[in-house]
Amino acid sequence: MISAVIVIAGLATLFGLALGFAAVRFRTEGDPVTDRIDALLPQTQCGQCSFAGCRPYAEAIAAGKADINRCPPGGEATIHALADLLERDPKPLDPESGELKPRTVAIIDEPLCIGCTLCIQACPVDAILGAGKQMHTVIASECTGCELCVAPCPVDCITMVGEPVTLKTWKWPRPADVPLPAERR
Amino acid sequence: MSARRLWRFHGGLKLDARTARTATRPIGTVPLPARLILPLSQHVGQPAEPVVAVGERVLKGQPIARPSGYIAAKVHASSSGTVVEIADHSVPHPSGLAAACIVIETDGLDETWHGYEPLPAYDTLSAPDLRARVRAAGVVGLGGAAFPTAVKLGAGSGMKMLILNGAECEPYICCDELLMRERPEEVLTGAQVLMQALEISRCVVAIERDMPLARQSLEAAIKAAGETRIEVVSVPAIYPEGGERQLIKVLTGEEVPARGVPPDIGYLCQNVGTAAAVARAVVQGEPLISRIVTVTGDGIVAPQNLEVRLGTPVADLVRACGGYTDEAAYLLMGGAMMGFPLADDTLPVIKGMNCIVAASRQEIRPRAPSMPCIRCGECAEACPAQLLPQQLYWHTRAGELDHLDEYHLFDCIECGCCDVACPSQLPLTQYFRYAKTELWARDRDRARADLARERFEARQTRIEAEQEARRRRLEEKTRAADHARDDVEARKAMIDETLERVQARRTQEASDEQDPGR
Repeated sequence: MISAVIVIAGLATLFGLALGFAAVRFRTEGDPVTDRIDALLPQTQCGQCSFAGCRPYAEAIAAGKADINRCPPGGEATIHALADLLERDPKPLDPESGELKPRTVAIIDEPLCIGCTLCIQACPVDAILGAGKQMHTVIASECTGCELCVAPCPVDCITMVGEPVTLKTWKWPRPADVPLPAERR
Repeated sequence: MSARRLWRFHGGLKLDARTARTATRPIGTVPLPARLILPLSQHVGQPAEPVVAVGERVLKGQPIARPSGYIAAKVHASSSGTVVEIADHSVPHPSGLAAACIVIETDGLDETWHGYEPLPAYDTLSAPDLRARVRAAGVVGLGGAAFPTAVKLGAGSGMKMLILNGAECEPYICCDELLMRERPEEVLTGAQVLMQALEISRCVVAIERDMPLARQSLEAAIKAAGETRIEVVSVPAIYPEGGERQLIKVLTGEEVPARGVPPDIGYLCQNVGTAAAVARAVVQGEPLISRIVTVTGDGIVAPQNLEVRLGTPVADLVRACGGYTDEAAYLLMGGAMMGFPLADDTLPVIKGMNCIVAASRQEIRPRAPSMPCIRCGECAEACPAQLLPQQLYWHTRAGELDHLDEYHLFDCIECGCCDVACPSQLPLTQYFRYAKTELWARDRDRARADLARERFEARQTRIEAEQEARRRRLEEKTRAADHARDDVEARKAMIDETLERVQARRTQEASDEQDPGR
C-alpha cells in the first residue's frame, strides 16, 4: 500500500519535473497560430476587415473574435487557405468587408500634388516618398494597393491603376474542365 | 557504326518525321527586310537594356542592348541602318503580348561593325576569356529554350563529357540536320571551342538514326580535321529525345536529378546550332545576328530551311518559300508538339525560333472534345520525365496546387506526350503550364506580401517609438508641475509668472485697441 503510494507520488514528481523543464526549455515565442494565419494573409494592410492591418486581423481570428471571410484582397484563395489551416468550412467573402477586384497600385498625378503629406501618413507600408510642400511619388514595387491614400488626398490626385501583364507575369489560361460523370445529369 | 551501348528513356512516342519536303532542299536566304524588329527579351532571364538611341545609325553586328543581369544576353543589330523606334511591339510568345523592341530601318548597305576581334587561335585562350566572348556575342541556346550559353558554360571545369545535341525529334524541324549536312566544319569548330571553354576532352554528338546524311557529313569533317576527341553517335528516333535529360539517359544511362541540371552529374548539353554560333562568335568575331529557321507545313508552297537575320518578319520567310498555299490555316512557332500559335506573320524572328509551321486543317486536326479522365494510366506510360500526369491533372483541376510539388510538377518538360497518349483527349500539358505559371505568380505574391509585412511592422515600430517618446515628454512636464505643487515657494513663483504673462497680454491687447491703425 505505502510502496504503491510512494511509487505513484515519485512518478508524479518525476513527470512534473520533466514537464516543467520542457515548458522552460522548449518555450515558443509569440503565438504560432497567429503567425501562421498572418502568413496566409496578403499583407495589403488595407483594413477592409475592420482591423488596423493584417496582423491585428490575424490576432482577432486566432482569438475567435473575427471570421475568416473578411479579406477581399486575399479573395477565395485566402479564405480556403485559412479554412484549411483552422479546419473550418470555407464560406463566401463577407460583402460588408468589400468586393473582390484585381490588384492595383496607386499612382500620383505629380503636377497636381501640393505636397500636403496626408497620403504619406496614411500609407501603411511607407510606400510614398515626399516631404511637406514637395512633390510626392509612389514607390510602385512597395505599394500594396490598399487604397488608403486615395481618400485623404485633398486634391484627388491619386488614382488606382491595374498592373499591366508582362511576359514575366503572364499566366497560361486554365483549360475548361470536362464535367465529371457525377456532375452530369 | 560504333558499338557504343545506348539506353532507353522512359515513355516517349514514336512520331513520323515530316521533314521529307524540307530536308531535300539546301539552306536558303531571305532578302534584307526594310525594317528589323529586335525584341529586348529573346532569351530566358532579364530583358536587355538598350544602349542606342532613336535616330542613331548602327552597323551590322553592333551591340544595341546590353544584358541587365547575370542571366541575360546582348542583342546586336542584324544589319546596318537607323534606329527608328524603341517601343512595345507584339513579340512571338504564347501570350501574344507586346514587349519592348528596337526597330531598325535598314539602309541596304549591310555595313559591318568590327568590334569583336576574330580569335582563330582559340586553343591558346583560357576558359574565362572564351566564356566572355560567348557572352559578348549574345549567344543563347538555339534549340528553342534560348538560355544564355555563357551562363551554361559557367558550370565550370572537371566535367566528364560535352554532349552536342543533334537529336532533332520534333516531327517538322530539320534546321539542325541541314546545318550538320551543309556546315559540318562550323559544328566541329564549335565543339572544339566548347571543349576548350569547359576544359573537357570528350565530346559526343548525338544524331537521330533517320538523319544518315548529317552523320556522314559530320564524320567526314571530323576525320578530315583529325579530331579524335569527338564521337558521333546515332540514337533511335523517339520523341522527345532532343530533351537534354532524355538524351543524357540514352547516351549514358544516368539520370539528371529532379530539379537539378546536367552538370550536377558531369555532363553539359549544347545544341549543335548553338555550337556553330559559338564557333562564329569566337573564330570570326561574329555575334549572334542570324539563325537557321525551318519554314514548313502544308500551308507553304516550297518548304525550306532559311538562314534568317534576327528581327526579320515571319511574312518575309514565307515569301522566300513561295508564299502560302490555299490550305494554310494555322501559323505555329516551334514544332507541332511543343510549339504555340502565332497571331499573325508580322512577328519577328527571334533567337529561339527554330521553326515556323503553316499548317493545314488536315495536318493539325482540332482536338476531339475532351472526355472525362478514366484513370487508365496511359499518360504515365508515355511521360518521359516519369511523372504521374493523371495525379497532376486531378490536383490542378481541384485547385490543390500546393500538392503539385509532391508530384514534381516542375520536372514536367511540357513535351505533350501525355496529351497524345490520353484516350480522353484531355489538354493535360495546358493544365500543367497553367499550374506552373499560377504557382510562380503565387510565389511572387508571397514575396511581395513578405516585403509588405516587413515594411508594415517597421512602420508600426516607428510609430510606437514616436508615441512612446511623446508620452515620456508629457510625463516629464506633468511631473515637473506636480513637483511644483508640493513646494509652496515654487508654486507661488509659478502663479506669479502666469499672472505676469496674462497681465502683459492684457496690456498689449489694450494698447492695440487704443491704436488700431498701428
